Amino acid sequence: MSAIDIWVRDFHARAGQLPGAQLPWLAGLRQRAIERFADEGWPTRRRENWAHTSLAFMEGQTFDAPDTSADAASEVATEHPATTLARLRADNAEPGHWLVFVGGRHAPTLSAIGTLPAGATLSSLADALAQKADGTASAVEQAFGSSDDGDSPAALNAALAADGAYLRLARGVAVEEPIHLVFIADGTETTRHLRNLVIAEAGAQATLVEHYPDGGANTGENPGATLTTAVTRIEAGADARITHLKLQQEAEQAIHLATLDVRQGRGSVFASHSLSFGARLARNDIRTRFDGEGGEVLLNGLYHVDGRRHVDHHTLIDHATPRCSSREFYRGLIDGNARGVFAGRIVVAQDAQRSDAMQRCDNLLLSRQAEADARPELEIYADDVKCAHGATVGQIDDDSLFYLRSRGLDEVRARNLLTYAFAAEALARIELPALRRRARAALLARLPGADALSELLEEVL
Amino acid sequence: MLEINNLQASVEGKSILKGLDLKVGNGEVHAIMGPNGSGKSTLAQVLAGRDTFQVEGGSVSWDGQDLLAMPAEERARAGLFLAFQYPVEIPGVSNAYFLKAAVNAVRRHRQLPEFDAFDFLARVKAEMKAVGMSEEFLYRSVNEGFSGGEKKRNEMLQMSLLEPKLAILDETDSGLDIDALKIVAEGVNRLRSPERSLIVITHYQRLLDYIVPDQVHVLSKGRIVRSGGRELALELEEHGYGWIGDTGEVPRAPAGAAS
Ligand SMILES: Nc1ncnc2c1ncn2[C@@H]1O[C@H](COP(=O)(O)OP(=O)(O)O)[C@@H](O)[C@H]1O
Ligand SMILES: [Mg+2]
Repeated sequence: MSAIDIWVRDFHARAGQLPGAQLPWLAGLRQRAIERFADEGWPTRRRENWAHTSLAFMEGQTFDAPDTSADAASEVATEHPATTLARLRADNAEPGHWLVFVGGRHAPTLSAIGTLPAGATLSSLADALAQKADGTASAVEQAFGSSDDGDSPAALNAALAADGAYLRLARGVAVEEPIHLVFIADGTETTRHLRNLVIAEAGAQATLVEHYPDGGANTGENPGATLTTAVTRIEAGADARITHLKLQQEAEQAIHLATLDVRQGRGSVFASHSLSFGARLARNDIRTRFDGEGGEVLLNGLYHVDGRRHVDHHTLIDHATPRCSSREFYRGLIDGNARGVFAGRIVVAQDAQRSDAMQRCDNLLLSRQAEADARPELEIYADDVKCAHGATVGQIDDDSLFYLRSRGLDEVRARNLLTYAFAAEALARIELPALRRRARAALLARLPGADALSELLEEVL
Repeated sequence: MLEINNLQASVEGKSILKGLDLKVGNGEVHAIMGPNGSGKSTLAQVLAGRDTFQVEGGSVSWDGQDLLAMPAEERARAGLFLAFQYPVEIPGVSNAYFLKAAVNAVRRHRQLPEFDAFDFLARVKAEMKAVGMSEEFLYRSVNEGFSGGEKKRNEMLQMSLLEPKLAILDETDSGLDIDALKIVAEGVNRLRSPERSLIVITHYQRLLDYIVPDQVHVLSKGRIVRSGGRELALELEEHGYGWIGDTGEVPRAPAGAAS
């Protein structure tokens, strides 16, 4: 059971062994966080921002380890992650840095961090918490966040997060190759709590991939429920350029509750690509705040849900300072009885003049039972701003379908192509070709008729 | 050989084609003219297999096959091509992929080997030159943001790549300047051959200065009300459609109108 008191008991049993347990600031933060979680409980529809996604069912949700013999389970745990990773790396021949986690813990033997430029530190959060060096210790403390951040699932994460990635880039340091953070599920641990901290000082540059690959483990005939909570916090200093691509492909019974929390300094450029393809229930809270003038942000998202699955993105762009620009594009493919939720809040503060915000959310319903909610929420307190938004929910366009069929494409293939094309607009915003290809492969893996499409879409032309 | 007998079609319960007869022999070019709303596009779309139009009666046989029984894509593979009056924009699908998929769908049906990327590219670039399109249009999404004229050229490009047995051009000339018009005419004339048939739907006779039709038909209120040689087009040019009359009954052309 995951009734609140069970989590609290679990916390008290584990707190002493969590990385950084010896740090007073962290022990205190965790204690406050679990108290807050116990106090608030799982969000229900009555809570602000959860009207379309209730987690009340979590009260009765169990996360039992799969019923396998000890031998089989340990085999799963030792073999699958390596196989999963090998597959991923084979698909990503380009140079990159790989920081790999299995079941919520850093897996040093699977990780492969290449040569980083001087001034760049990449390690597990557990390692960073063990660092005695003053610089690191205080940086981690500052970046970690507080027990008050976000909603109650984020508080649970603050209390229980045992690991994650820690990336720090000193002033002007650019890491050319993508940094892949891979979070592989493990056959025995059914819950995991991850916290990633990114500190990019002025002028630093990096591209991060936060990847939750489809299983390997825990995908037997009757996969049990799993829970992932993940909080990624990014501080982008003045003129820093950070790209974050999240690829969520968790198994069918997974519950995925995630937060991306960004602070942007003057003139910084941040891009988020949130691709949500897996999990039974996926919730992403994505927030950025401009702390200096002239910042730019791109929030790009694509989700696909089918069956009875549910995906929810809640975004917040806080134009707290003048002359920043935000571009937000979300696209959803919703099939079966599934539901896709998007709520995009944009706040423009009173003195944030010359803010330029644009938001779109477009949903394609692939079945009659599919459901989409797209809600812009604009709060504009400044008068000299450009702010545009739009949302659509539609079906495959008949005229397009006929046009393709009139050129000899059969109906099924034409539908698949149009479905793909709808989503491809989101992929086109991913700048790095290698990441774009990977995102495309992940999308095609979800869509029917992918074989015929990928042949057609080969980038040979 | 295309043979349309007493074709009746409706959309949303509204009858549009009301008993249309037309025979187009192999190697022939037929022009269909008629006022706006007379059913020209409906005829074209019904022939191409658009199922938003309900066929209420009549028959269409094409080289001995029951055309109306075939799904749209089979008609295309068997060599029917419709150049759309309003070509559709398809964001996210590059023109190159689209053209290649279309060409290979038809080639597979004809049991010809599919083009590989290299051969296809060579072929498509040559045809683009012929219709006056720059290569840049290969890499853009299908028709997205194309001007009216560029869309029509793209239709002509598809036609020349697909080498149809029966091509139907639905007002491909509308809104084109004279140079673009000549390109369309050249495309049609290059396609002309003893085994191909062409139906050219046009609002103006000026296209027929460049494409000399074997027959001209006037469509009014869902029926062919008059057929003749190309002089019929000149007659229409001179007198407009007004003389066709509201009832759809056609008076004899005014004396001296025919050349
Ligand atoms: N999809 C449709 N829904 C309703 N009415 C239609 C539709 N398509 C055509 N029509 C009607 O059918 C008639 C014939 O149209 P159309 O075939 O496009 O004429 P033309 O091409 O000769 O101008 C017109 O009255 C038009 O409004
Ligand atoms: Mg028309």
